[in-house]
Amino acid sequence: MSSPEFGPHLEYDGGPDLVQLLTPEGERVEHPEFSFTPPDGQTEAETVRGFYRDMVLTRRIDSEATALQRHGELGLWAQLLGQEAAQIGAGRALRPQDFVFPTYREHGVAYCRGVDPLRLLALFRGVDQGSWDPYAHNFGIYTIVIGAQCLHATGYAMGVQRDGAVGTGDPNRDTAVVAHFGDGATSQGDVNESFIFAASYDAPVVFFCQNNQWAISEPIERQTRIPLYQRALGFGFPGLRVDGNDVLATYAVMQKALDRAREGRGPSFVEAYTYRMGAHTTTDDPTRYRLSNDVERWKLRDPIERVRVYLRRQGLAGQDFFDAVQAEADELGVRLREGCKALPDPDPTSPFNNVFAEMTPELREQRDEFASYMSSFGDEPSHTDYNEHVAGAF
Amino acid sequence: MEKFTLAKALNAGLRKAMEADPKVLIMGEDVGKLGGVFRITDGLQKDFGEDRVIDSPLAESGIIGTAVGMAIRGYRPVCEIQFDGFVYPAYDQIVSQIAKFHFRTEGRVKMPIVIRIPFGGGIGAVEHHSESPEAQFAHTPGLKVVACSNPVDGYWMIQQAIAHDDPVIFLEPKRQYHADKAKVDLDATPDPLFASRVVRAGADATLISYGPMVKTCLAAAEVSAAEGRTLEVIDLRTLSPLDMAPVYESVRRTGRAVVAHEAHLNLGMGAELAARITEHCFYSLEAPVLRAAGFDTPYPPARIEEHWLPDLDRVLDTIDRTFSY
Repeated sequence: MSSPEFGPHLEYDGGPDLVQLLTPEGERVEHPEFSFTPPDGQTEAETVRGFYRDMVLTRRIDSEATALQRHGELGLWAQLLGQEAAQIGAGRALRPQDFVFPTYREHGVAYCRGVDPLRLLALFRGVDQGSWDPYAHNFGIYTIVIGAQCLHATGYAMGVQRDGAVGTGDPNRDTAVVAHFGDGATSQGDVNESFIFAASYDAPVVFFCQNNQWAISEPIERQTRIPLYQRALGFGFPGLRVDGNDVLATYAVMQKALDRAREGRGPSFVEAYTYRMGAHTTTDDPTRYRLSNDVERWKLRDPIERVRVYLRRQGLAGQDFFDAVQAEADELGVRLREGCKALPDPDPTSPFNNVFAEMTPELREQRDEFASYMSSFGDEPSHTDYNEHVAGAF
Repeated sequence: MEKFTLAKALNAGLRKAMEADPKVLIMGEDVGKLGGVFRITDGLQKDFGEDRVIDSPLAESGIIGTAVGMAIRGYRPVCEIQFDGFVYPAYDQIVSQIAKFHFRTEGRVKMPIVIRIPFGGGIGAVEHHSESPEAQFAHTPGLKVVACSNPVDGYWMIQQAIAHDDPVIFLEPKRQYHADKAKVDLDATPDPLFASRVVRAGADATLISYGPMVKTCLAAAEVSAAEGRTLEVIDLRTLSPLDMAPVYESVRRTGRAVVAHEAHLNLGMGAELAARITEHCFYSLEAPVLRAAGFDTPYPPARIEEHWLPDLDRVLDTIDRTFSY
């Protein structure tokens, strides 16, 4: 039986269960179950100013990368525009020992984990395939096969259990794991299997789904007939929907979900209700499949603007602060532009080196033959150069 | 010296590996109380507990995908895929995730995962229980693929694969599990894992095989000897990387090579072996490299599998053909 009156797309405002602490108009509201508690040693004003700065810088990473792609400096970029609050809220709720398994769009979480944004650009430039150290940042490499990382997160969390790093009461030891994924990924077998494994073993993992309403061109209705957070119940753990454009609410909800995991009380599902303001990636053209009207409506729910209004109205930040953040973003922009163009191409023989921990004799032989073939050209131009030269002549 | 079947030898090897390293875990369907459908993990959960011998939900991608996460956390998972034909739901996790993790992280994250797969036919099973998917994995950069053929290798190779820092697809010839017993010297120094071995010396032709077909090839050599031809039989043991030195050395002496495997002919291991032998032994060859293999059809219903599998007669026939050149 179909129920056309009930569909996720009709819940433009996120529906009655949406957890929200800061309205799109910048008004603080209370929620019976969730409250915003700044981290130890910080005032609320400091924390909110910090979130604002994080979101502005994250948006700058995104817009610079998009521009670099347009200038031919990146092969591709997956934009996060509009999802800054979801990522900063989730990223800032982490403790150092927690481990994050990202998709390919978690630039804001990467920033929170201290990954240099240039490393993200390197991946999309085609210089490497993710050259940050996952163990140095407790932030895994980007995963492009949709949903595959949710199983990795669950397995990692099962390892955490076996290390006795949950439920000890030691805030520096108890560890939570976050699996990031999008609305489209919820249709993947791997994501559903990860829910089952996590539930079966009570694994300390938080499934953080950024529902940005679109899987490239397919709207959320193609993936689900019920709000995504309600699926969690069927797997046997709690799920809730938070306003993913509200950094305070996302932070508060994630703090609780992460604590639940760290305390050994098992997995949970957080659906961050948000909107992909940009294209899926720089190769996508959203004008072919969605109405600009929708985009305009979501602009009114911008994650950064509401924090700016709140800080100003409450007198928690003056013009000096906003100017300083802007200057910092400009500086970051320059660093990324210059840094990206200066990223060197890898050595053509480098792919051989990390196929295995223990290189096989036959691979070593292949590498050495290729290296000697390459050096056989000496200073003569290769045909690759020749072809480019000829193409350039036309 | 104790005598083991292949099944018992693998069980003893797994036990030894778990005793040697507390990070070694076993995961799979029915591997706990039941001891696996072939009893390879028999008794291990009782002795090592449910945290180390993990009965998983019935989801192959889930088994392999969570093993990736455990490996990232520093564990050494040994995953059991119940039957060869059930590995495909986990294909992405094996070829796109496990195989590429070390590469993508520039060596920062290791994947010391062993995926045990009972493979091959000849046991009268229903469909999806008799397949030989080795070429699909040997074709994938980042995976190592080995196949044991006897109890002694089963005992040592499983321990070596578990101790190895790269992912290993570990193929076990299921029709040999309970077939023969062999003496296993538990104090011996084993051959290296990634080495082929001449298992019978000969001068007239080289017969190359692995896994369940090694026994058939040894029988073929026996019959040929009675007919006045001596065949050298090589058990490859490692399919990726290939250890070709003993093969080249042998073929240069004999001038003739036959490859035998249960897997389909088209683009099977025999194709790669033929290409390499042709390139490296070209001036020694008296005949083209020939193959005795499964046909390019899906695995047939069990009542005709004996015709489909390359048996002693088909191997002997292929040997005859190599001498017709």
